[in-house]
Parts: sequence; structure tokens; C-alpha cells
Amino acid sequence: MEVSRLPISASQRGKLISAGYTSLSSLSSVSPSDLARDLKISEREAVEILKVASKGNRVGGSDGSQSIINGAQNAWDMLHEEEMLTRITTSCADLDNILGGGINCKEVTEIGGVPGIGKTQLGIQLAVNVQIPVEFGGLGGKAIYIDTEGSFMVERALQIAEACIEDMMEYTGFLKNDLQRNLQACQVKMQPKDILENILYFRVCSYTEQIALINYLDKFISEHKDVKIVVVDSITFHFRQDFDDLALRTRVLSGIALKLMNLAKKFSLAVVLLNQVTTKYTEGSYQLSLALGDSWSHSCTNRLILYWNGNERYAYIDKSPSLRSASAPYSVTSRGIRNSTSNCKRIKMM
Amino acid sequence: MANKLISEMGLPKSISNIFAARNITTAKDALSLTEFELMELLDVGLSEVRSALAHISEIVCPPYQTALLLMVQRTKDEQLGGHLPTQLKGLDAALCGGIPFGVLTELVGPAGIGKTQFCLKLSLLASLPAHYGGLDGHVIYIDVESKFSSRRMIEIGAKSFPEIFHMKGMAQEMAGRILVLQPTSLSEFTESLQQIKVSLLQNQVRLLVIDSMAALVSGEHEQRALRQHPLGWHISFIKSLAEFSRIPIVVTNQVRSQSRDESCPYSFQAHRRGGTLEDTARHDSHLVAALGIHWAHAVSIRLVLEAKSGQRFMKVAKSPISPPLAFPFTINSSGISLLTDDGTELVGPEINAIYCQGHNDIINFDGER
Repeated sequence: MEVSRLPISASQRGKLISAGYTSLSSLSSVSPSDLARDLKISEREAVEILKVASKGNRVGGSDGSQSIINGAQNAWDMLHEEEMLTRITTSCADLDNILGGGINCKEVTEIGGVPGIGKTQLGIQLAVNVQIPVEFGGLGGKAIYIDTEGSFMVERALQIAEACIEDMMEYTGFLKNDLQRNLQACQVKMQPKDILENILYFRVCSYTEQIALINYLDKFISEHKDVKIVVVDSITFHFRQDFDDLALRTRVLSGIALKLMNLAKKFSLAVVLLNQVTTKYTEGSYQLSLALGDSWSHSCTNRLILYWNGNERYAYIDKSPSLRSASAPYSVTSRGIRNSTSNCKRIKMM
Repeated sequence: MANKLISEMGLPKSISNIFAARNITTAKDALSLTEFELMELLDVGLSEVRSALAHISEIVCPPYQTALLLMVQRTKDEQLGGHLPTQLKGLDAALCGGIPFGVLTELVGPAGIGKTQFCLKLSLLASLPAHYGGLDGHVIYIDVESKFSSRRMIEIGAKSFPEIFHMKGMAQEMAGRILVLQPTSLSEFTESLQQIKVSLLQNQVRLLVIDSMAALVSGEHEQRALRQHPLGWHISFIKSLAEFSRIPIVVTNQVRSQSRDESCPYSFQAHRRGGTLEDTARHDSHLVAALGIHWAHAVSIRLVLEAKSGQRFMKVAKSPISPPLAFPFTINSSGISLLTDDGTELVGPEINAIYCQGHNDIINFDGER
């Protein structure tokens, strides 16, 4: 590994290279005071550089005992972990089906679609569903809702929360008595207003605030450990209008995507990004595609597109490392996202 | 908060001086760069940049509220639960009480369908005293197309609320609360928007009407595939205006004809559909809302006014709270009125289609004038 790849400031790097320290191995045997003298810097700075360098060295070299490479994990362990993964139901059985049980925790899922198709509805539904108690097969977590467009409607969240509690009541009705008592105990506690209480709502008014918030989320979530989903509605809005330098926009966006992915892994929570659509001119015709461009499309783990198919709303898995591409109908009812009512063939594998 | 000065954030002197020396003075400047660009620019190590950014972010980041608190506040602070009743019973029921505060509501439809009529009525409603179901405030009416008619407005008022308008001086007072601006160009419009921002809070303005948004952009803009929407700035400005003054904003939009090859599916749909579905579905609807898809994302509620086989319909085409419904309506001397308060639910392409068939032959002023 070379010195030029160390995360140190440009002038320090320049001094290192001009003093002849080009590779990490050349730094390994140098004492801080020698380095300070050679580079004409203070001894404290020299210690810092050596600390960074030794860290860089270790990543590259072998660490012997437990694993071949530090920080790596073998595929078998990962499989085990994946099986333990929890999912958040969408309240639409067909959609859950193609998603393998719901929206995955530890992953970033992007959901896009034309105006009025139900993106915000799905966002609110997930913010409510994440709170379904563990006894009912849910996660019993809290939700962070980041609203960049001002489209979050409290009245609607209340409707969906009420319907969700009703559904849970109904569910207890089907169960055996002893279990039922248990469930009823926790049900008395659940009220629509508790659900609203557990949706932490951020209103973001500029892209600066959006970046700041995403930087800050790490700290915020370590203080609010039970947050299990972060919904960003929408990731696009401010970036679409206020940014002139598109190359910079791409870099900033990919920085955001990385941070969100880290959050998802670190706190094992689901990140859902809602995205708008735009028209794109390809191969001689206009086509709809999700906004923010091609390089953005690499940054999410899963991508779900909502679209009209004839008279029905459909969701299509456009991208996912583990799921087959498939589409399923859903509907938006007064109670929230539900199964499509029509009796035609439900799931179409492609 | 984006323009907060870094020098006032309580960062360690050494690092805040470096920011100042590189002319990175606001949070916006700092946060629009990536960590590595900052390292290059400021000539400091990664850990310093990270901790400085974390500090700046924490200060700039907006506070959170629980949804419950949001609801409690809104019901407490706002008249009529945060909605401007349209006094069209069916529509009010569908929209949970009327045109909501704090978001954009769009009226779209072909020329002469009744968009301006609806705007006039809403303006009156917002200026009415509270005990008549109004908001008792001022209205700013930005009349881009020069269609505002005060005579017609007084007529609507006198017919729908005779008890108020026949009181001496009331007509004058009601009409006096409605301030009409007539910008002639986009730049003038931009200017008046900025002025409005200041006066909104001072002057008890309860409604902002923009009739129409599309007239400001000449048609040529839409044909070209622009990277940035010509009204991009205005869209986010108006949205934030609605949000922070917590007033309803009603914007009208025109329609334009859709050329066939523009009806675009996603790339994954193309090979399955093969054009058969499209031809039948799109055949009779050649109208789409102007201003494109970007604008359509920005409005929270879209009401489509259309005419189908001689009958006018009002459709709730996009709304976070209401299912897509259609109400037949007519226009008479007291303005718009619904023929029935039970809307028919719509499915599929019907929701966004805009029809324009022969509303010109039905004249509903039947002898009253």
C-alpha cells in the first residue's frame, strides 16, 4: 500500500512523499521524532501520521489467528445472519410474497413511481407496520420519517394506524385461549396515538439540511436504539431543483447512499428511499425511469417500481441481489396498502 | 438554517479559522462537498473533517417531532382543523374537510371548464367571517392570465351568501380583502412571490391563488427535454411558502395535447405490452396536464376538471387522503355546485385522463343573467 492512499491531509502527504516516504513499509520502522525532523512538522503530528499508517498497514497485512482478513465474514456466517433477518410487512400479502416476506432490515430499498401511485402511502404504511409488536410477528420498533416534500399527512397516518390495530384485534380472535390472554395484555397498551407517538418526523427544507440530517442520524439513532426503519420521502426533491453542478450532485448523493447503507448495517434497520420518476429519451422513444440518473441507480440494494398496469397498481422488483424479478398487484384503500381485490392471477414471475 | 455561519457554531478555533480561510463560511458550503474534497481543500486529516462535519450537521439538522405532537398542534392552532371548506359537501368529505393548509392543491382542466370560477369561489370563502364557515382573512390572488373578474366574484358572493352580501358595506369589505396581482412575465412573478413571502405573515393572508402556473412558461420549454425545470425554483419556493405560513395554496394548470410517442411506459413494461393496451387506453384521451411530471410530483392534491359527453366532472386525481373519486358538477350564477355528493370511484388510467368533449354547448346560466 502506498502513502498516497492514507487518509491524511494533502500537505502532510506531500511532505511525506517529498521526504522519500512513499510506501507504508518505509514508515513502519521510523520513530516519531525522526519523522518529525524529516518532515519539519511537530512531533504530535508525526505520531498521528504513524498511527494512521499503522492502521492502514494492518488492513493490508494478515492478522493470523481468527480470520484471514480483518473485518471479513465468511459466506456461511452470512447465510446464518440472513436467515435471522427480520422483515417489515407491507400489509399486502402479494407484495410481501415477491419481497420474500417484506422490506428487509439491514438493506436500503428504493421505491419509485409516478405521482399519485402511492409512494407516500407505502411509506406511511411501513412507518406504522414497523411498530407491530413482536408477539404479532412484527418488530416493535420506532420509525423515523424524513419528509422533504411536505407530503406526510398526519390524518392519513392516523387512519392507517387505526386500521392496523383493528387488524391485530382480528388476528387475536383466531388464536387459542392461553395465547390470546397474552396478546390481549399487550394490545391494551397499543392505541392509535401510541403509534403516532413512535413516528419521529423530520421536516427537511433544503438539501443542506438533508445532508446534515443524514450525517446526524448515526448519533441520533444510537440515542434512540429502537428505531427500526428510516423512510426518506423523497430522496429526490431538493436535489432535483437546487443543484446546478451535476457531477458534484452525483458525488454527494453517493456519499449519502453510503452513509445510509452503513446505518442500515450498523443498527440493523430498514432504510426506505422514495424516489420520483422522470422521462428519459432512449432508443428513439421516451421512457419513464427513476430520477437522479444512472449512477444513483447503483447505490440502492433493492429497487421497487410502482406502476399502473391497466386498471391496477402493480409493484415490480427492478433490482435485487437475492430476489427474482417479479411483479404483484396491490391496492391503496382507506385502511392503507392492501391486497388487490380482483381475482385474476396474482403473481407473475418473469 | 442552511445558511448558518460556521464561525458561529462553536467549533474549535483552529478548525473554524481554516474553514474561514478557504472561504467556506456557511453550512451549505461545507455540506455540499464530500469529505475528501474538504480534506483536499482545507488541508486537514480525515478525522478532523469528520468531527467538524458531525458538529456542523448536528447544528444544522432540523429538530424532530412525533407525529402525535404534530397532530395535536395542528388541531389546536388551526381554524377548522387545517382545512379550507369548499362548501361542496362531497368534495369536503373526500378531502377530510376541504383544501388542506400547508400544501399545494392543483386545479387542472381544459380552457373554459371552470377553474377560475372555482378559484373565485375559494377566494370568497377564505375571506368570509368565521361564523359563516370562512377563514376571515386576506387572499392574495396572482392572476397571470388576466381572467380575474371582480364583477363575477361579487355575483357569486351575492348568490351564494345573500345574507352577507346584502348587508350594507359587506360586499365592499369582502372584496377589499382580496388582493389581485397581475404579473406579466416570469421575472415579475418571481419578484412578487418574494414580496408575498414577507407580507403573508404580517397581513393575515389565509389563501394564495395562482391562476395559472402554466401560462408563465411558454410552450416551447416543454418540448425540449430540459435538465432543470424552468419553474424549478418557483416550485420549491411555493411549497415552502405553503408549509411555513400554513395556508392553503391553490394553483391552476392548463392542459396540452399529448403526442402519441410520448406516452411512455417503463423500460421493463415495453416488451410485454407491445402497444396493444396503449392504443386502446390512450386513444381518446389526448390531453395531459401541462408542466410535466416533475410538477406533478410537487402538488399534493390534484383536482381534474373535465367534460365528458356533455357533462362536467371534477375528479380527485391525486390525494394522500382520498381515493380517486369523480363528481359531476355544473356552473351557475352562484359558482360551481356538485350535482351529487356521492362520488364514483375511479380505477386505472381513468384517474389521470383529462377529457374535453363538448362542454361548450351546455350553458348553465339558464336565464338567470
